[in-house]
Amino acid sequence: MLALLADSYSIHFMDNRDRQAIENIIGKTEDRAGALLSALHGITDKLGHIPVEAIPLIARGLNLSVADVYGAITFYKDFRLSPPPLNVLKICQAESCQSRDASGLTRYARARLGIGLGEAAPDNKAAIEPVYCLGNCACSPSITHNGKLLGRMDEKKLKELIDAIEEKP
Amino acid sequence: MRKTIYIPGDSSARAAGSDEVALEIRKEAEKRGLNVDIVRNGSRGMYWLEPLLEVSTPEGRFSYGPVSPASAGSLFDAGFLDGGGHPLSLGRTEDIPYLKDQERLLFKRAGLTDPLSIEDYRRHGGYKGLQRAINLTPRDIIEEVKASGHRGRGGGAFPTGLKWETALKTPSDARFVVCNADEGDCGSFSDRMIMEGDPFALIEGMTIAALAVGARKGYVYLRSEYPYTKDIFGKALKTAYDNGCLGRNILGSNKDFDISLIMGGGSYICGEETALLESMENRRGMVRPRPPVPAVSGLFSRPTVLNNVMTFVAVASIFENGAEFYRRYGTQGSTGTLPIQLSGNIKRPGLIEKAFGADLKEIVYGFGGGTASGRPVKAIKAGGPLGAYLPASVLEKGVKLTYEDLIANGGILGHGSIIVFDDSIDISQMALGTLKFGAYESCGKCTPCRIGSVRAMEIVEGIVAGNDVENGLVLLKDLLSTMSNLSLCGLGGLLPLPISSALRHFPEDFGLKKGSFDWDYYAKDR
Repeated sequence: MLALLADSYSIHFMDNRDRQAIENIIGKTEDRAGALLSALHGITDKLGHIPVEAIPLIARGLNLSVADVYGAITFYKDFRLSPPPLNVLKICQAESCQSRDASGLTRYARARLGIGLGEAAPDNKAAIEPVYCLGNCACSPSITHNGKLLGRMDEKKLKELIDAIEEKP
Repeated sequence: MRKTIYIPGDSSARAAGSDEVALEIRKEAEKRGLNVDIVRNGSRGMYWLEPLLEVSTPEGRFSYGPVSPASAGSLFDAGFLDGGGHPLSLGRTEDIPYLKDQERLLFKRAGLTDPLSIEDYRRHGGYKGLQRAINLTPRDIIEEVKASGHRGRGGGAFPTGLKWETALKTPSDARFVVCNADEGDCGSFSDRMIMEGDPFALIEGMTIAALAVGARKGYVYLRSEYPYTKDIFGKALKTAYDNGCLGRNILGSNKDFDISLIMGGGSYICGEETALLESMENRRGMVRPRPPVPAVSGLFSRPTVLNNVMTFVAVASIFENGAEFYRRYGTQGSTGTLPIQLSGNIKRPGLIEKAFGADLKEIVYGFGGGTASGRPVKAIKAGGPLGAYLPASVLEKGVKLTYEDLIANGGILGHGSIIVFDDSIDISQMALGTLKFGAYESCGKCTPCRIGSVRAMEIVEGIVAGNDVENGLVLLKDLLSTMSNLSLCGLGGLLPLPISSALRHFPEDFGLKKGSFDWDYYAKDR
């Protein structure tokens, strides 16, 4: 199965340090409940993604099948098998934000970055992703930039943010 | 004298710049050689005023907002540490009408106390409820919950006492308490606010539930979209352990109870209770068929009390003041108070806690002040993404915010959120967005939801484009019937409500004549 996955995702070989980090994270889970989510979050926080080679390590460590682990990684939107884009902009598409022109913000970001919602730029510098509610409805519209929550967005603030992203090498 | 300044550490306040304000205030104080303590409190819920800064004075707390880092210097110049006048001055916090006109039971400490100080929590009534529950038998605890008339706040409104009784009566070697903090419904933020502003209330409520059913282990399943909440609540858990309020021999009761925090994976459907359990059991978050309900067979097939955040917080309040006191608020069918979450195109968005039965119009125009744009209200959507789109005319009908009255008016109350739209909004686009959301978040377990959400989107797009409208409408009615009757859970089951209400109340937005769509979610023969 791993060979199959390797065909679909460009494999990023782990060095020994990564492997050790992953083993440590898996080893830390004491409680069966939530163990997989905790391991996947731990690895993502450390490496930015779940290396395909980590799947059998996780499966063995948590007494799950490789299929279980792969199934979970591909089900939850938080996890990915390839390194993330440098800048991830999540634009809330839910209704409080829509009532304050989230569509306008989305259109602007798409036009500026030349990519669609749910896409990453070919150089992996930026991606725009939809998100449905950040719990910041009373300060709509909301976005996140690499996890940082930003409220009361407008085109001017988004322009400054994207300008800054584009200026950085 | 050392002065205390309160600057919210709440997610929304931080998104509005409260961290930068705190930094600037500290710098300015140091520059002036003043000794100040900055407390990162929860938000008062008056979000249009965030970042809202407060100072403690002998005459009470005075507030200023919305404060920007640039105004720090002028605040000191104006003598704000003693409540001095300033263009951003709002006077005494408790005199602000938005706050004064509320009935705060569940949110009574939020914004007022230091969220991470267990002493502050106790000073304001905290742990009184648990102390009382410790001296009651499980049976008596459950009787008290039943007597309060308390119903689950996650949207289902199931009687809490009955749920706990089921878990207690089901024979088992172990029982669990699980808190659903996967607050994914758009427009709702009360769970987040309480976990950031008064986290011990949730811990106390869950501990009472554990005593009621004899559970020794509890979990809070928190959505990963709330990273700041994770930090604050994680610290609160640690503090509770350090103070003997969790772990072994809680408050000298000879009872043990542990709580672990689990972060979700960014999936809306995990807010559905059975999908949440699957997710906790290390699988894809896919819905389980019911029965059995979680109270009979939940986490790892053990009886599990699975309630939403506000449900547990209300329990702590019920035990602090007694079931009789709680019942004095609300109506026969909806007892207690409801934290209403007002957002969208509204002048004064925020959290408004009122006894169940508050007048919808009063919330939107009185508290909310009408639309932010100043244009007329076109529609409201109560109860999250799966609630109904209701026309502005509903505000003139004297609708009360209770479970019963919302249903009688063709909607749902859900988690208590209200989103307001002005007349520039195209409801057909909102309905399509809701279907897109349904398709994006469907777990895929049952066909009506997985395929239905996508098919409904295609059909509605066709109707809006004017393609084969007549057949489209026939097909859509049939599809919505199938989805509402045959879906495994509320996602597919309730999606027909927003779609049909949009078509019934706003046909012109879809290019249709009035009355051309008559399928009713609440009709008996749907």
